[in-house]
Amino acid sequence: MVAFDEMSGSGAELRPAYEALDRWLKEAPPEMLALRRSQAELFFRRIGITFAVYGDEESTERLIPFDIIPRVLTKPEWTKLEAGLRQRVTALNMFLADVYGPKECLKAGIIPPDLVYRNACYQLEMVDFKVPHDIYCHIAGIDVVRVDADTFYVLEDNARTPSGVSYMMENREVMLRLFPELFSTHRVAPVDNYPDQLLATLRSVAPRSASSDPTICLLTPGQYNSAFYEHSFLADKLGVELVEGSDLLVKDDVVYMRTTQGPKRVDVIYRRIDDDFIDPLAFRSDSVLGVPGIIGAYKAGNVTLANAVGTGVADDKAVYSYMPEIVKFFTGEEPILKNVPTYRCREPEANAYVLDNLEKLVVKEVNGSGGYGMLVGPHANKAQIETFRRKLKASPEGFIAQPTLALSTCPTFVASGVAPRHVDLRPYVLSGANGISCVPGGLTRVALKEGSLVVNSSQGGGTKDTWVLDA
Amino acid sequence: MLSRTADSLYWVSRYVERAEYLARILDATTRLTNLPTTYGGAGTEWQSAVLTAGCEEAFAKAYGEANERNVCDFLTFNPDNPSSIRNCLAQARSNARAVRTALTSEMWDALNGAWLELQRFEKKRMDREEFARFLDWVKNVSLVFDGSAYRTMLRDDGYWFSRLGVYLERADNTARILDVKYHVLLPANEQVGGSLDYFQWTTVLREVSALTAYHWVYREAVKPILVADLLVLNRRMPRSLAACYESISRFLDSLGDAYGRQGPAQRQARKTLANLSNTRIDDVFVHGLHEFIEEFITENNRLGNTIFEQYLQ
Amino acid sequence: MRIRISHTIGYDYAEPARHITQILRLTPRDHDGQHVMSWRIEPNVDGRLRASQDAHGNIVHSFYADGPISALAIRIDGLIETIDLAGAVRGGLERVPCEVYCRDTLLTAQDEALRGFAEDVTAGAGTPLSRMHALMNAVSDRMHCVEASGRAGVGAAAAFAAREAIAQDVAHVFMACARHLGLPARYVSGYVAQSDSLPHGNGAHAWAEVHLDDYGWIGFDCANALCPIDTHVRVAIGLDYADAAPVRGSRQGGEGENLNVLVNAREAEGRFANQ
Repeated sequence: MVAFDEMSGSGAELRPAYEALDRWLKEAPPEMLALRRSQAELFFRRIGITFAVYGDEESTERLIPFDIIPRVLTKPEWTKLEAGLRQRVTALNMFLADVYGPKECLKAGIIPPDLVYRNACYQLEMVDFKVPHDIYCHIAGIDVVRVDADTFYVLEDNARTPSGVSYMMENREVMLRLFPELFSTHRVAPVDNYPDQLLATLRSVAPRSASSDPTICLLTPGQYNSAFYEHSFLADKLGVELVEGSDLLVKDDVVYMRTTQGPKRVDVIYRRIDDDFIDPLAFRSDSVLGVPGIIGAYKAGNVTLANAVGTGVADDKAVYSYMPEIVKFFTGEEPILKNVPTYRCREPEANAYVLDNLEKLVVKEVNGSGGYGMLVGPHANKAQIETFRRKLKASPEGFIAQPTLALSTCPTFVASGVAPRHVDLRPYVLSGANGISCVPGGLTRVALKEGSLVVNSSQGGGTKDTWVLDA
Repeated sequence: MLSRTADSLYWVSRYVERAEYLARILDATTRLTNLPTTYGGAGTEWQSAVLTAGCEEAFAKAYGEANERNVCDFLTFNPDNPSSIRNCLAQARSNARAVRTALTSEMWDALNGAWLELQRFEKKRMDREEFARFLDWVKNVSLVFDGSAYRTMLRDDGYWFSRLGVYLERADNTARILDVKYHVLLPANEQVGGSLDYFQWTTVLREVSALTAYHWVYREAVKPILVADLLVLNRRMPRSLAACYESISRFLDSLGDAYGRQGPAQRQARKTLANLSNTRIDDVFVHGLHEFIEEFITENNRLGNTIFEQYLQ
Repeated sequence: MRIRISHTIGYDYAEPARHITQILRLTPRDHDGQHVMSWRIEPNVDGRLRASQDAHGNIVHSFYADGPISALAIRIDGLIETIDLAGAVRGGLERVPCEVYCRDTLLTAQDEALRGFAEDVTAGAGTPLSRMHALMNAVSDRMHCVEASGRAGVGAAAAFAAREAIAQDVAHVFMACARHLGLPARYVSGYVAQSDSLPHGNGAHAWAEVHLDDYGWIGFDCANALCPIDTHVRVAIGLDYADAAPVRGSRQGGEGENLNVLVNAREAEGRFANQ
């Protein structure tokens, strides 16, 4: 299986977007590149040390490797991708408004009701509750992968609390510092207006009771959360308070921050705490991170939570396989972005195919998370395949299957020099009463191990700057 | 600003100040014990260092005898002593980390750098010379942090809360030094103010970097009543109780003005400052220095609580 | 039967409490089997009490008090007329599809032992209804139900293993089994009037309801080994105890909390019966 390469396409060609970069890579003295790489690492180590230090010993371990060769998208590629993202997020929001409201898509048979009703992410608290402007997913991170020159697949919709946007911004920052000459030969669309767009999005969804200058804050689980660096970074760029659960208090269904000048009313909360932990009086009572009573205030319409509670039902693995139908049902258009082809084993025909082709497919348990309960056919032994065969026969509705994908590759610095490595892309899509916005590009994640398809930072993945060329 | 942010800024400064104070106590005690006993070494110096640090109970639990090794260990790196130098710096850094963006990068670098450096010291076996270098380093950390705050922080409520932490802690420390010296250093058969404790009073001055200042101000040999005058009432002396309260009162007023509201903290600080201004050192000695200091420490703690209730909770 | 209920939930605190927030599911609704003649819910300290409705249709009161408060009592007084419908629940407010109640929750998560038990004890029964009766009897035989008196719940699996549990966990065991067998099951909190024939009566109680296609929702009270009769007053329903809990609260300070609960539920007689 030969993967599409972002720079050289399917063979020895040089794709136009990479021409100047290729020349630069060939001309730049290796010592200079090595020096820049270590400078980049130093830059991140500094931020890493500043932010990601936990205890005594692990001071520097939390750096996510950064690769200095950018991933480049042309304007036409991005334009199409962006249209697809806008369409997808529009559909996600309409789907959420529907399943918590009139349930037309269930009545029309677009998606089996049990996938919604039996889903633990379908939050009963949200049923028949109208959120401001019908927007549930204010901040979405849509993971896409590329398989050829024209095809992007959506791998996963992150509709809860997607992270990583700070890396998108820091990657650009370090590239601008280290390679100013590259930016004079490439017209790269900027990403540093993301915080402004996010702030505008958050302001636009303030409750009606808020003043024209709503008070916004960012709610973090605290400094021991692995994404605390990002929370702190974003609060700073947004110019809003970074609050922990204990900084907020709810009185008579109104949320206040504890300040040195007494309680101050809060209108919009960009929360980076999961549903289950956000209110011990509504969800898990053992949560000490949350704010008692915040759901009461939310439902009284006195505060807006971004993202809304209960968005998890839209990015669930089982619901994912219905996204093309969901997009079509709600927007009336053909989906611009495809899903990875997915076999729903609950459908007898699909299950029959899956059972015949187990050694070629990736089989995922719909309620499993993080690779738990997964069969990777090409890498599995006979016994593992037989175990899954039995499981699939016993409860087919619990599984989906997908072909193994050849994610595109991008030239990357590795020990032996420059070599192709698999990448994905997470663009960030913002939805507010002011419309949808999407900063050009997003976060490119790269699997640094040769042949690896796993881009997660916890498993040896790194990141790259992502360029959308303006001309 | 968020109460938690203000609270953290306040405690960052308090902990850094406390770390410096502990270093000063250890430095001065080491000098004192090096003297031949006839010149004032009373044999209780290490016990007194523990008392001055205000952690006699915890020490008694952890160790038996108050000797150089035990006390130095307890006050520097002992992880079980909540106010060892190590834990003070750890607390300062942890508070700083939680409100990272409320600090300037210079302040953060000072603390974070200190924390990393501290681990190098911690791993070493230190002889006396090395230990002296370590104490100097701690004092230096405090100077750098303090200087960074002074030079780089925006002059708004964040700065004022941070300063309040410094001065409340400093006032408490100065008061403790005086009190312990007064009661414990003195051998039972010596009259207070007698000549034998000359070196011990000199040590007190050293602990607060005031030996030179003393000579400039009084141009006299070291006398207890004048040492007390310098450390309690003299506003020109930056570690005196009066100077600390002048600052505390000023920063509380800045807060009151900025917030458009005065409260019990402002009234309480002014009252204490007025008391210090209207007192002569002779009167203090007539009524008893110990009683005076004890009352001051109580009032100072009370102000800390009032500030907490008014702003930080 | 006409049942008079008086219920006092009292707290006192060694250190005064501030910013008390309580979410109360303590108010019953009408359905075919019960009619609420009068109902009052009254905290004894100043605060704000706001009524709303949750996803299950329960009446929920949010209570906020600033404090400092060293003692708080919430007093409930009510009079309910009930009819014996042999456990059937009809004419009530159903806000979410019954399929929702097929979900497992933390408190009703099953383990191998529970699953095996559920399958074994219902193997011989023919109809879904007879399977549920078989399940109720088996749970009732296996589980020794003890008085709550301050004891906290542990969830279905742990309770099943211990063979001894408070009423809420007996209900969880039954629900976990029913859900494993593919039936929607939900938790009910309520009161049971004092009765000589019931081992667990006169007070706050908990049982379960199962949805059967031919019958709708039917109650199963394993602790008393019967389907609820006119001694039972339904107050709130949910996915499990946590979802239907009579009181969920938070406060600041208030160390040294001491909880005092007094419940009295008995048949109203004589000249007070109509008041």
